[in-house]
Amino acid sequence: MLKQIEGSLGIAEAVALCRPGAVCAYPISPQTHIVENVGKFVKEGKLQDCEFVNVESEFSAMSVSIGASAGGVRTYTATASQGLLYMVEGIYNASGLGLPIVMTVASRAIGAPINIWNDHSDSLSQRDSGWLQLFCESNQDALDTHIMAFKIAEEVGLPVMVCMDGFVLTHAFERLDIPSQEQIDSFLPEYQPKEFLDPKEPISMGAMVGPEAFTELRFLIQRKMEKALDVIERVTKEYRELTGHHSGGLLDCYRCEDAELKLIILGSSVGTAKDEVDRLRDQGIKVGIISLKSYRPFPYAKLREAIGDCKKVVCLERSFSYGARGIICPEVKRAMEGTDCDIRTTVAGLGGRAIFGSTINKIVHASLEGKLKDEITWIDMDTKLLNSYLKDAEGVTVPEDALVDDSVLKATVGHA
Amino acid sequence: MLQIRLHGRGGQGVVTAAEMLSLSAFLEGHFAQAFPSFGSERTGAPVVAYARIDNKEIRTHEPILEPDAVVVQDRTLLTALDVFAGISDQGFAIINSAEAPEQIVPELCERLPKGHVLTVPATDFAMQKIGRPLPGAPMIAALAAATGVFKLESVQKSFQSRYPGKVGDANAETAALAYEFIMNVKNGGQNA
Repeated sequence: MLKQIEGSLGIAEAVALCRPGAVCAYPISPQTHIVENVGKFVKEGKLQDCEFVNVESEFSAMSVSIGASAGGVRTYTATASQGLLYMVEGIYNASGLGLPIVMTVASRAIGAPINIWNDHSDSLSQRDSGWLQLFCESNQDALDTHIMAFKIAEEVGLPVMVCMDGFVLTHAFERLDIPSQEQIDSFLPEYQPKEFLDPKEPISMGAMVGPEAFTELRFLIQRKMEKALDVIERVTKEYRELTGHHSGGLLDCYRCEDAELKLIILGSSVGTAKDEVDRLRDQGIKVGIISLKSYRPFPYAKLREAIGDCKKVVCLERSFSYGARGIICPEVKRAMEGTDCDIRTTVAGLGGRAIFGSTINKIVHASLEGKLKDEITWIDMDTKLLNSYLKDAEGVTVPEDALVDDSVLKATVGHA
Repeated sequence: MLQIRLHGRGGQGVVTAAEMLSLSAFLEGHFAQAFPSFGSERTGAPVVAYARIDNKEIRTHEPILEPDAVVVQDRTLLTALDVFAGISDQGFAIINSAEAPEQIVPELCERLPKGHVLTVPATDFAMQKIGRPLPGAPMIAALAAATGVFKLESVQKSFQSRYPGKVGDANAETAALAYEFIMNVKNGGQNA
């Protein structure tokens, strides 16, 4: 059914279609509208046999989610930014216990300084937590990915974060095609936990494991992640056949045929980039986009295949690792190890700085004109603003309107 | 693609107006998108929202820098910021005011085609019918009248589905007043 609604409401509708038995969350922008609407559905009776639990913090939201999931019911929660960080102890417990919780991360920057806007630093900070992380291009993609996420989580036996750009998607009013309850009931069977906490037949979960078996348990989670690669592809195929929606997947290629440059992008900037790539193609510039959907598990083989024999790849990252460089780029390099593919990264769109078609255009031209000299370039840096601080504080400046890369950074601290 | 930027102040329903604009276009079978310029909104602070209408899927999510239409829900913004920045040469500007456009934005009137810069006393209409200064419905009805891209009935239906009952009906009546006002101007009537 076609509806013109806010992304958050669309996600709430998708979650309701999946018939969760427990939803527990604590409000934080830009995620709040999602759980507000789920709560409303429970109260109105639109979502039945579901307990909506109000708690006092994200730590409790994750703890209740763990308890509910361990008790054998389908469980959903949502958070963002500082809320995700406040959950972290529980996050690792959820994956360690193999609980198939689905959680929306309405991607938002992390403070300080406080910033409510979108980038990808929150979920990427949980890279090693053992949760799957699926990124969404559009609200339709996000709606569909949430439904697929329950099936993927339950088949794999690990929790899933569905990462959708905060505000840019959550607060956008767009056309959404919502599957019918019958369709989703046929796609997503009732949750059948392999084992669960039952007062009648008590068991322990998450009891202490010492050095004698800890490594093996860790390896078994890695094995689940490896299995997840196939599960994501299979579930995506099934869902696409059911709905006709081109959503989900490990990655998606746009105009990659004969591309001399391929951009790797996560999230809602992919849509903006597609329009710009069409304009560039009209000018004869052969550029394509690889939309990276699954960050964990990272689809190394699939990405290597998608890059193919293309010799130039540039990532667009909305986060980076202090004291290191990009977060996505090293993974891409790992996927392309042993080839002569030139892989660089550009950082942009931090803390809600908008990514325009012109940002994509700038990246493409900088790459093709050989101006991306280092592995990392902060492509949308405001050099005037930066200099206004550096000059007063330390008497140094960067060249105005220069591309701020590693060499420029090093020069400001006196390194050659 | 038609790109619209809406300016107003916190509490005037700017974001809702953009959403209802997108819903109006959707009801007529168009693809549409609306989103706010996300910030720490406070009552009275300048607020910007955006809307796009197209006949194919809208993929971009960038803010609108070069609008085809600008809707100004609060005329005190005219001196506070450059609300018409980037407006296209064939663009439309709709301003909430009881004064003639030549009196308040003479330069813009010269720059844009005749009949593309329009004023409508939206707050007066809202006070008459809704009893509160909520100019959203009349402003987008005025845009509908000016551009012909979507119908008055769709604007009315949008508000009535969002606010069923008295509030929706009052918005629908306000929208009708603004629509008629602009149609009258376009036809060279007494408001012109």
